[in-house]
Amino acid sequence: MSFFRKVTSKPWEHAGELEGIHGDFQPVSTASRTGLVMFLAVVSSMFLLFIVSYYTRMQSADWEVLKDPRILWFNTLVLVLASVAMQMASNLSKRDKPGRASLYLVGGTVLTLVFIAGQVAAWEQLLVAGYYAASNPANAFFYLFTGLHALHLVGGIWFLVRLGIKLRQHDYVQAKQNVALCATYWHYLLLVWLVLFALLLRT
Amino acid sequence: MAYVALADKDHEQHLHDPQSFISKYIWSQDHKVIAVQYSLTAIAIGMVALVLSLMMRLQLGFPDTFSFITPDEYYQAITLHGMIMVIYLLTALLLGGFGNYLIPLMVGARDMVFPFMNMLSYWVYLLSVLVLCASFFVSGGPTGAGWTLYPPQAVLPGTPGIGGGIVLMLVSLVLFIVAFTMGGLNYVTTVLQARCRGMTLMRMPLSVWGIFVATILGLLAFPALLVTGIMLLLDAVLGTSFFMPAILSMGEQTKTAGGSPILFQHLFWFFGHPEVYIVALPAFGVISDLVSVHARKNIFGYRMMVWAILAIGGISFIVWAHHMYVSGMNPYFGFFFATTTLIIAIPTALKIYNWVLTLWRGDIRMTVPMFFVIGFIFTFINGGLTGLFLGNVAVDIPLSDTYFVVGHFHMVMGVSPILVIFGAIYHWYPKITGRMLNDTMGKIHFWLTLFGTYAIYLPMHYLGIQGLPRRYYAMGDTSFLDESTQAMNAGISVAALFVAVVQLLFLFNLFWSLFKGKRAEKNPWKATTLEWQTPDNPPVHGNWGPELPVVHRWAYDYSVPGAARDYIPQTMAPEDVPRADDSYHGEEGEHQ
Repeated sequence: MSFFRKVTSKPWEHAGELEGIHGDFQPVSTASRTGLVMFLAVVSSMFLLFIVSYYTRMQSADWEVLKDPRILWFNTLVLVLASVAMQMASNLSKRDKPGRASLYLVGGTVLTLVFIAGQVAAWEQLLVAGYYAASNPANAFFYLFTGLHALHLVGGIWFLVRLGIKLRQHDYVQAKQNVALCATYWHYLLLVWLVLFALLLRT
Repeated sequence: MAYVALADKDHEQHLHDPQSFISKYIWSQDHKVIAVQYSLTAIAIGMVALVLSLMMRLQLGFPDTFSFITPDEYYQAITLHGMIMVIYLLTALLLGGFGNYLIPLMVGARDMVFPFMNMLSYWVYLLSVLVLCASFFVSGGPTGAGWTLYPPQAVLPGTPGIGGGIVLMLVSLVLFIVAFTMGGLNYVTTVLQARCRGMTLMRMPLSVWGIFVATILGLLAFPALLVTGIMLLLDAVLGTSFFMPAILSMGEQTKTAGGSPILFQHLFWFFGHPEVYIVALPAFGVISDLVSVHARKNIFGYRMMVWAILAIGGISFIVWAHHMYVSGMNPYFGFFFATTTLIIAIPTALKIYNWVLTLWRGDIRMTVPMFFVIGFIFTFINGGLTGLFLGNVAVDIPLSDTYFVVGHFHMVMGVSPILVIFGAIYHWYPKITGRMLNDTMGKIHFWLTLFGTYAIYLPMHYLGIQGLPRRYYAMGDTSFLDESTQAMNAGISVAALFVAVVQLLFLFNLFWSLFKGKRAEKNPWKATTLEWQTPDNPPVHGNWGPELPVVHRWAYDYSVPGAARDYIPQTMAPEDVPRADDSYHGEEGEHQ
């Protein structure tokens, strides 16, 4: 039932109806998925506004293009693999194979930690080379983008740990759903990283 | 399967029954307790902001009299007063307080869908309030940058609180946004996923619609404040130049260069204008319900009211730059924002017409909430009309830096929502506590508050047209101002002190009625909505006893022709409705 049909219905009519447009209520997804989608909307709004600020700030004469560290390519590959691992875990848990799904989850977590370590290494390379946040806005945006993105991954890992606990307690019904949500979150953060990385490379 | 509401699946809804005093009242996951925690915290910090405003009024009304109010303290008071009132009081009270209390009860859910996150939301909010309060005690005091925290002056020497003050302010804002996001995800998801059987979107009371759309606005707009907060924090702490231009400060060249203060203004107001509606939409929703219940009439144009809420929500994202007409923007840009500003007045005016038309030929009960409803409609029209003046570039530019603006936004954004909050507290207090608030004290509180606030803000419009500049600590000998200006300023200050003292009567009533108030019936206002149909009053943990309610009708079946009583609860099936021609002689309320 489309949203338009819903909000054009006349609620004062058909008192007593519990089916059809006047009474039916069928959520299209679970509460957790709705919560996640809303959260991703919030995060998108934040990154979008950062990107707008980035483009606006770039117009200024003092902007000096930052040469992005090569390690970012390696990090990107690692994050793609982490995302693939999460998807595999989700697929396996849907097919009721919690044991193998757990392996992929551990793999995804390790790869994500490697990615974060790689980002820290990129920071270190830049700092050693003298690219401080205060010396140019391009540097400052680089630290800001990578830092906030990594922070979101850390939050995701916290949820993964909680998921691991559920799996150990053999709470498979809840865990199955949460694995799928984690996979969505990881894909989303991969997408955000690809957008940010493309932006940083181009400018 | 026609019906799979989450709220009905008790095995999926972990209710976390409270086991002890601490889990019941402190680390509580019950939406009702969290609502009260949010409300009390918001009111407490709001009282601080009220005292700050009195400090400002003392200085303005009687300059050179109070030596303890220095220019620095005056600016700190302005900044903290504005920030606390808009964010930490109004947003927190309307969404964290009313949102938490009303959503699950009005949509027929046992609790919010993520109770743990809901609890966390309150505690992070409290932390943000404490961090804000801490800024009063750091060296240099809280920031005095003005409530909009515009750079470059927010972080430059000469502005009070450029050390710890501004940093704590920004950290506190970031914490508030984290808290709001956790709460907001709960409100939206609960409305979308946890409604009881029969509760379609269009059967929801308008209070829920207002809170729901305001929360979506908040979730999308607060990130703008987060982005500005983080970047300004880095400018203040690390010396980056996101917003800081090359500038001479105290005769010395700063190390910053190239940053854009105008970018800050755009980002800030991209949050700041939807923020007006984050406060206004819940207030609109609550007023719609109050007017309908106390006029014993269905709300006029329910669908229009919902569409207007949605339209206002959408348009509120494209009006932000009307706060920046004096920033030197391109005239075409100004024209665009003036046009959108005037367009948003259409759905807003439509709502006002519908409230008035609901009152028209209604069976109006002059209860305390109804007084506040009428006071609100009056005040909102006043504030709204001066908004049309300021929405036009040519009129705004000469008035922008005057008291006209102070008068306008306090009418529309200060007095109006506060009247709604008072009305709502008088209305729902019996549900929350099981006792009625004292009626006489309520009426005295209403009349003194209404006339008192008009004595404060109406003259400000006149002062503004005279050219009295806002933001100034003292006017000194200003030749273009009439001598009467100072007398009027003194009068405003006396009125402000008077209104503040009157609020003590309200606080006393809240406290006194808790113990001595008349015991409330289950449904004292004879309302149709679900929160009044709970088996217990006040509702206990889980809200509904063993069975969730089933909704058979919309929320506004008042004075239905042919029905024996002038209201039909949402839970009543058509076959159970007592007819006027039946041999029904039951007492009012027998079927509750």
